[in-house]
Amino acid sequence: MDQTALKERIMGLVPDAEFLENKQFLTFVIPAEKMHDLAFKLKFETDLAFDFLFCLSGVDMVKFLEVVYHLESTANKHQLELKVRTADRENGAVDTVCDVWRTAEFHEREIYDLLGIRFNHHPDLRRLFLEEDWKGHPLRKDYVDEVNIVEL
Amino acid sequence: MKEVINLPVKNIEEEEYHINMGPQHPSTHGVLRLVVSLQGEIVKSLKPHCGYIHRGIEKMCEKDTYPQIIHLTDRMDYLSAHINNHAVCLLVEKALEVDVPERVKYIRTIVDELNRIASHQLWWCSFGMDMGGLTCFFYGLRDREKILDIFEESFGSRLLHSYYTPGGLMMDIHPNFQKGVKDFIKYFRKKIKDYDDLLTGNIIMQLRTKGVGIISKEDAISYGVTGPSGRASGFACDVRKHHPYGVYDKADFKEILGTAGDTFERYMMRMYEMRESMKILEQLIDNIPAGDYAAKMKAVIKLPAGEYFQRVEAARGELGVYVVSDGNKTPYRMKFRSPNFSNLSALDHISRGVKIADLVAIGGSLDYVIPDIDR
Repeated sequence: MDQTALKERIMGLVPDAEFLENKQFLTFVIPAEKMHDLAFKLKFETDLAFDFLFCLSGVDMVKFLEVVYHLESTANKHQLELKVRTADRENGAVDTVCDVWRTAEFHEREIYDLLGIRFNHHPDLRRLFLEEDWKGHPLRKDYVDEVNIVEL
Repeated sequence: MKEVINLPVKNIEEEEYHINMGPQHPSTHGVLRLVVSLQGEIVKSLKPHCGYIHRGIEKMCEKDTYPQIIHLTDRMDYLSAHINNHAVCLLVEKALEVDVPERVKYIRTIVDELNRIASHQLWWCSFGMDMGGLTCFFYGLRDREKILDIFEESFGSRLLHSYYTPGGLMMDIHPNFQKGVKDFIKYFRKKIKDYDDLLTGNIIMQLRTKGVGIISKEDAISYGVTGPSGRASGFACDVRKHHPYGVYDKADFKEILGTAGDTFERYMMRMYEMRESMKILEQLIDNIPAGDYAAKMKAVIKLPAGEYFQRVEAARGELGVYVVSDGNKTPYRMKFRSPNFSNLSALDHISRGVKIADLVAIGGSLDYVIPDIDR
């Protein structure tokens, strides 16, 4: 499927998705409540078949938090970038996609640990790198590091 | 008279119990803790605990300029340091639309492949040692030394080189470089036969690895298991083939795919890959074009606002770099999709139902480097 056909296909699945200009990938902002349904369709509909989630990142955009999904289809060779924005910065929550792409389980734990985005229905949402009693989420822009006083 | 209390006797054959492997277990090759649930000696489930060597590289990147970040990427997967550098360099060059000289592309590709061989050699010796063959360890390290000598002569260091810079290379290659690489290929073509004689054909090793720790192609894709481990299951995930960078499109090499997806297949993939890497080296080493070793770059590198993604094939799988830039000289957010991190996430799935001794073999065949998992 070429870029324009794929764009129309995604817009057909989620009419209120927002299209973003991006040189490298076809990028959409998906409403948070529709992400899980879309994930299922993206993976299991044969003309899409996005079976490989090759990157899952979290970004602190100050006004909101963002989860970025990079997807590739190993059969159809097309790529896609999806973004989900949380409405609330303090209690940001997104539905998990780890039942669709299993690799998401670890990546979502990492994002929860470092950015504090909660993933609904995640089977084991604990901190991954930092200790259980760690305060705050270090990759947030307003995080103050009290131990490392050296400012670069 | 005191009442005698009969404590219930636990039957470890039937009851599930937990043991810790690590953080200082020799088979984890670093500081990784695996909490293993066992019934008898059968692994029921497994929970990896990471973070013992978490340095917050992604957070540090937000305060560093792009040439400084190169030095941090060395310290993720230190066994494929050059390839990690390559990812960030390609990303900066793509964002700034800089054309690097052909000479740089050739040298980078050659050095990447040398690095891949060195990494697989170290994997081979530690895998042999995990299986109980100490001789492998000496053979592997002896041959890896030849590559490290080439690195030392040309780049001044043996492990953490930081040889690539955005736009080119730190310095030109040493005049002996080409001869050194050719001598190495001649030497290693003979020695890799010893590897096969010593370990690949060994019946004990085959019995311990064949049919152990199977992951299907669908699961490998779903878990994002890439690199030789993913290809052993038949997942065509070689970034060098599917999204070529450097001069990989000019070299003739095969992406070898396995079918079984077991520990032995993962072992064989790396043995094949070392030979394919030597094939690439032979094709490129005599054709390095003359020219500059770096393109002209501005003194302060600022990426235009936007987001960029670059994928490269590191020795253990696909390394992705995702950068969100706000137009400053430091990235707004930098994320590394490290191959070991995704490969580790599949370990629980792979090792359910195997014996605890096989867990060591599976771990060895996934070849994880812990600083790359924790970052």
